[in-house]
Amino acid sequence: MLQALHPVELKGVHIPHNKLTAELETVRMPLPSKIVLPMNQHVGAACVPQVGRRGHVDVGTCVGHVNARMTADIFSPVSGQVTEIRDLHYSDGRSDRALVIKPDGEQTVDPSIAVPEVTDYASLVEAVRHSGIVGLGGAGFPTWLKMDCDLSGIDTWLVNAAECEPYLSSDYREMMEHPDTLLEGIKVCLDMSGVKRSLICIEDNKPKAIELLREMAADDPRIDVFVLPARYPQGASRVILRNVTGRSVPRGGHLTDVGALLFNVTTMSEIGRYLRTGMPLVRRRITVMGDAIERPQNVEVAIGTPIGEVLEFCGLKEEPRKVVIGGPMMGVTQVELDAPIVRQNSGLLAFSHELVERPQTTACIRCSACIDNCPIHLAPISIQKAYYKHDLEGLDRLMADLCVECGTCSYVCPARQPLAQSTRFARAALRAEQRKKRGRG
Amino acid sequence: MTGVDPQAQVNERPLVLLTAPQLVSPMTTQVIMRDVLIALAPTMAAAGILFGLRALLVCAVAVGSCVGMEWLWCRLRGIPNTADDLSAAVTGLLLAFNVPSTLPLYMVVLGSFVAIILTKELFGGIGRNFANPAVVGRIFLAVAFPVAMTTFVAPGHILSPVDVVSSATPLAPTAEQLSLKELLLGTHMGVLGETCSLTLILGGIYLLVRRVISWHTPAAYLGTVVLLSLLTGHEVLPQLLSGGLLMGAFFMATDYTTSPATIRGKVVFAIGCGLITCLIRFWGNLNEGVAYSILFMNLLVPHIDALTPNTPIGGEGVRRRKRGGKDHE
Repeated sequence: MLQALHPVELKGVHIPHNKLTAELETVRMPLPSKIVLPMNQHVGAACVPQVGRRGHVDVGTCVGHVNARMTADIFSPVSGQVTEIRDLHYSDGRSDRALVIKPDGEQTVDPSIAVPEVTDYASLVEAVRHSGIVGLGGAGFPTWLKMDCDLSGIDTWLVNAAECEPYLSSDYREMMEHPDTLLEGIKVCLDMSGVKRSLICIEDNKPKAIELLREMAADDPRIDVFVLPARYPQGASRVILRNVTGRSVPRGGHLTDVGALLFNVTTMSEIGRYLRTGMPLVRRRITVMGDAIERPQNVEVAIGTPIGEVLEFCGLKEEPRKVVIGGPMMGVTQVELDAPIVRQNSGLLAFSHELVERPQTTACIRCSACIDNCPIHLAPISIQKAYYKHDLEGLDRLMADLCVECGTCSYVCPARQPLAQSTRFARAALRAEQRKKRGRG
Repeated sequence: MTGVDPQAQVNERPLVLLTAPQLVSPMTTQVIMRDVLIALAPTMAAAGILFGLRALLVCAVAVGSCVGMEWLWCRLRGIPNTADDLSAAVTGLLLAFNVPSTLPLYMVVLGSFVAIILTKELFGGIGRNFANPAVVGRIFLAVAFPVAMTTFVAPGHILSPVDVVSSATPLAPTAEQLSLKELLLGTHMGVLGETCSLTLILGGIYLLVRRVISWHTPAAYLGTVVLLSLLTGHEVLPQLLSGGLLMGAFFMATDYTTSPATIRGKVVFAIGCGLITCLIRFWGNLNEGVAYSILFMNLLVPHIDALTPNTPIGGEGVRRRKRGGKDHE
């Protein structure tokens, strides 16, 4: 009986949306002085540079490729010369190789660019494989790999247009500015895969997009718009799946196990655009915001543009003290303004005063806000305690590996405990342990 | 803006590195405790009107001694000062609400000592005490000074300066004779904060609206008492509105530290509180039914927590398998 106290719909928390840039047209940024193109802009194996130093590249030239399954090719967004191949160190401790390209301003297009021919699902997957498209909502999972699954049990092609992160509006602008490529992408995928329906899932704080897409999708009975309440983290894949279809992904499983595929809305639109033009993913839209920014707006940038140049383009009111790539809930703070925008980034925030101070941690008062608000119904505070004790068995019992890293626990904690951080570590530790066990078994 | 040269900037004043999320909600421990104090304020005002300035003096002494002792404890032990998070003030005010206005002030201070030092700080301070400090303080005073703790003064002290009637009559037997108006306005004898039901309900609603407490605990607690009263043939309204039930249900059983973590746990906890309260009220001979029930259930919290975890989304089948294939829930 007490189970009934848990609503079927996952609730989430209300966080001020602050989407100030939502109704501003996207501004196209001129070419930067240099392009820094990391070889690992996705989940999976890092690419290997395909051009040497001083090599010439055109727009759309494949500059990064590796013989592996779980990867996605990298393409040059400019024509110009490779000036350097250097190491890149990210603020989260990862390092990477990066091509530095100096644009020549000609923007000559690579002669190999051609509109792909799509006749069946396999050819569609193959086309997407050569488009460089990855999960553009932030995950960076190679899109073709996600599409390349057993379709027999799949009944729903979900399009994630929730954009639940505060501040960010780049997905919203994609829907408002390119609904045609979005619907084309969805239709081709449905046609080729034979999946029966597609739901575009949008939070109710975007009424214009809901109306526009409803109108444009009216002629296709397979495509519908599904309106969700605007609550964080509505766009987390397990949460959106549960709230739209009522299904939950079993532990250790994938969405495909419960008959659904889920793609970010910009990813779908990019597929539509690629099938139309044949130009791989070389540019993307990001939301630039924060109290240090003079003109908050959505900017279309060449992938690989250094964040310092994007900030300069939008104007800096003051010296930024904190720069975040991504949204304010899941974004990663940066140490170097030389770091580039990569293809799965959707936001760039710069702060001089707001959100700069590290919140003071006080004692946990057992208020259970983290437990009550976790979208996955985990117990973050217990996970933190188990992690501090290196209690892997406890972490397994608490199922720390199910965490979606949305950060809600840290957000709601009145004692400012670093719950999201410790759960992230706990999840990594538990997954490493699970891999070890599997290796032995 | 000239400072975009990346290298220069890193050297001069490094960019702040913080793990996600960058945003935090405005709720802090202090804000929560301030909300509880705000919710308790109308009841304090009512106590002042009903029982006179002496009642406010008791409140001031209790809050002052609780905050003072916490401050002193942190000072002496050289640990970060937690007196400004207002939790000690909440404990002090709740303790004051649990004693009669005639209680000698040194007893109030003693009660504060038991609450803050013995119950809270010795177990590690805020968030680590296993029992509700104010509840333990009240029970200590009731056991140590039974006469002083049951010497009530008739209300209306300020409004109509009639003779102060002192009485050692226990509260419960008279409760059923009181009218609804008396119960709501609190114009009957009792401890400071228990008599005026109206202000307690107001405070409870404030806490619910501010989402400081969830409705499950008071609903399950009060619901259990109503149900058991009906089953045993007691009048429902006097049971609900007299004694410490409302204060217990809204302000003491909802104490974060000493109640279970999950909603399911909270419901189990509150039903237990209701059950023990009714046992003591109907068949026992104690004034502190509510206080004892909360204390007993406080002791069970670790076990309730262990038995009522949430089932994570996607982890439904896993737990079942772990417990030997039994198909429960």
